[in-house]
Amino acid sequence: MSAGTVAAPGRVEQPTAPRRGPSLVGGRGGIWFVLPFMAVYAAFVLWPLLYGLGLSFFDTSLVRAESRFVGFDNYVRLFADSEVWRTLGITVLFTIGSTIPLVVIALVMALLVQTGVRGQWFWRFVYFAPFLLPVATVVLIWQWLFSGDYGLINAALTGIGLPEVGWLTDPAVGLWSVVLLTVWWTIGFNFLLYLAALQAIPAQLYEAAEIDGAGGWRRLFGITLPLLNRTTGLVIVLQVLASLKLFDQAYILYRANGGPGGSATPILQYVYDTGFTDYRLGYASAISYVFFVLIILIALVQARLSRRSES
Amino acid sequence: MTTANTTADPATAPVLPRARRSRAPEGADIRRYTPLARAGLITALAVLAVLWLAPLFWAVVTSLKHEADTTVVPLEVVPDRGFTLQAYASVLADGNLVTWFFNSTLVTVVITVLTVALSAAAAYGFSRTRFRGRNALFALTIAGIMVPPQILIVPLYRQMLAMGLADTYAGIILPQLVLPAMVFILKKFFDGIPRELEEAARVDGAGQLRIFLQIVLPLSRSILAAVSIFVFIHAWNNFLWPFIITSDPGLMTLPVGLVQVQSAFGVRYAQVMASAILAGLPLIVVFMLFQRQIIRGVATTGLGGT
Repeated sequence: MSAGTVAAPGRVEQPTAPRRGPSLVGGRGGIWFVLPFMAVYAAFVLWPLLYGLGLSFFDTSLVRAESRFVGFDNYVRLFADSEVWRTLGITVLFTIGSTIPLVVIALVMALLVQTGVRGQWFWRFVYFAPFLLPVATVVLIWQWLFSGDYGLINAALTGIGLPEVGWLTDPAVGLWSVVLLTVWWTIGFNFLLYLAALQAIPAQLYEAAEIDGAGGWRRLFGITLPLLNRTTGLVIVLQVLASLKLFDQAYILYRANGGPGGSATPILQYVYDTGFTDYRLGYASAISYVFFVLIILIALVQARLSRRSES
Repeated sequence: MTTANTTADPATAPVLPRARRSRAPEGADIRRYTPLARAGLITALAVLAVLWLAPLFWAVVTSLKHEADTTVVPLEVVPDRGFTLQAYASVLADGNLVTWFFNSTLVTVVITVLTVALSAAAAYGFSRTRFRGRNALFALTIAGIMVPPQILIVPLYRQMLAMGLADTYAGIILPQLVLPAMVFILKKFFDGIPRELEEAARVDGAGQLRIFLQIVLPLSRSILAAVSIFVFIHAWNNFLWPFIITSDPGLMTLPVGLVQVQSAFGVRYAQVMASAILAGLPLIVVFMLFQRQIIRGVATTGLGGT
């Protein structure tokens, strides 16, 4: 399978393979190891999860003490709220628009680095480094690059004879600026996932293919890409789930206004605005929970699809 | 699948960097390709590298300019007046950045230590011991991986207000201690540790705690390093929760404080870029020092779900 499990030739074999897994000899007192984690988990994940669900049935406000039980009113109102659908649409558009380059370019980067080119350290550093930057740093840098008057990107565009683009001001472009910034910022993570998967492919497969006279493209399409199927499935799932949670970079880039003409307002920003600017906590919770259900549905569908493609 | 790579060599942990291995991945050799193909591959790599480096390069150049030179059109890489460290000096003299740096370091270190300790203990309990309700609790933990932290912000905020923890370090730290995925990854690793070791210790009369501390943890140094680094990056860069729970600038973490810089410095671009770079530097340095462990961390934490 992987390099580590191949027994080194000439090494003295152990009489019996070590038995792995839990020992049942005197395995008592285990609950005490789990309890501290469970306590924190219950207090700061499970409880707020239930509390939020409860809130969503109330007309609750941050500024007033009393709250009124309204049943499913918040949920009914939500389905008629065009802003919910608009911001959800923006989120989905962002997810599609960012996932495709974040998977394809990451794969290309990993394949190029995996050719065995010299200076591995350098390439890995260059492609991965932006992932380590705090979101505020990334946005400040790109705000400067996107700037209309002194921005590097527009200067480069006019330099090669293209028209300037209103990166932060044009409603047709506002969301794509967030996509561009996100691809630059986070691609390193997917790149490393692919690189790890590529390094786990045994070299013998390529050597055998080479003896059979398979060229570079044949090796790529015949061996590498098929063996990466599982990784690609995983990268897509992780990326879709991450992209759906768009908030930080869009919020910092455009602050409260949600981008030119509100064109880059993700649904989580609508939740944030509803809860923390308008103080409608119950309604904000209801939107959160509908969004949560959507995320779970997507995860389940993808799990089902990947199980089918595996069998 | 790929995680077998990391479970295979717990003993060779971080100490010995294998120089030859890091130069080129196993079995890959650029000389396999024809000269034309080789030129194409290297050109593609270089073009991508330039695209990925340009934003950082431009930020650094801007931060080193005199303020007046940052808005010169057409853009110039080397200004007539030359470069200066003035922007860095004024940003650091302002003091806020130093405070935020301290807060981020404190919060991140505490989160990393506590999260890894809680997760490792829980993973040990789930992996190597038996008790009633173990499977149910583990299933409950795994279900937590699905919960997007963003949907918890409204109820968590109310909870923190009620507990009087808004604008405190505890308020920033406590909700960030739970990362169910880390429990899952550590459990998978502990599951692979041969049980002979533990049985021998039991015969010698060691209890659970001693087996955990003296046998399991030392054997798991590599995965603990990977998980720690992952938690560290996560906590250092977290924005949403610290942003919501802090309003006192004296308690803000670096990513939250940095967002204030924008408005505070207005159009002083050199100072904005200097702050951005100072905030980004620590993890870049950490990456240069621990590249192997970070790569392993991403590889294992990312693939942990398979």
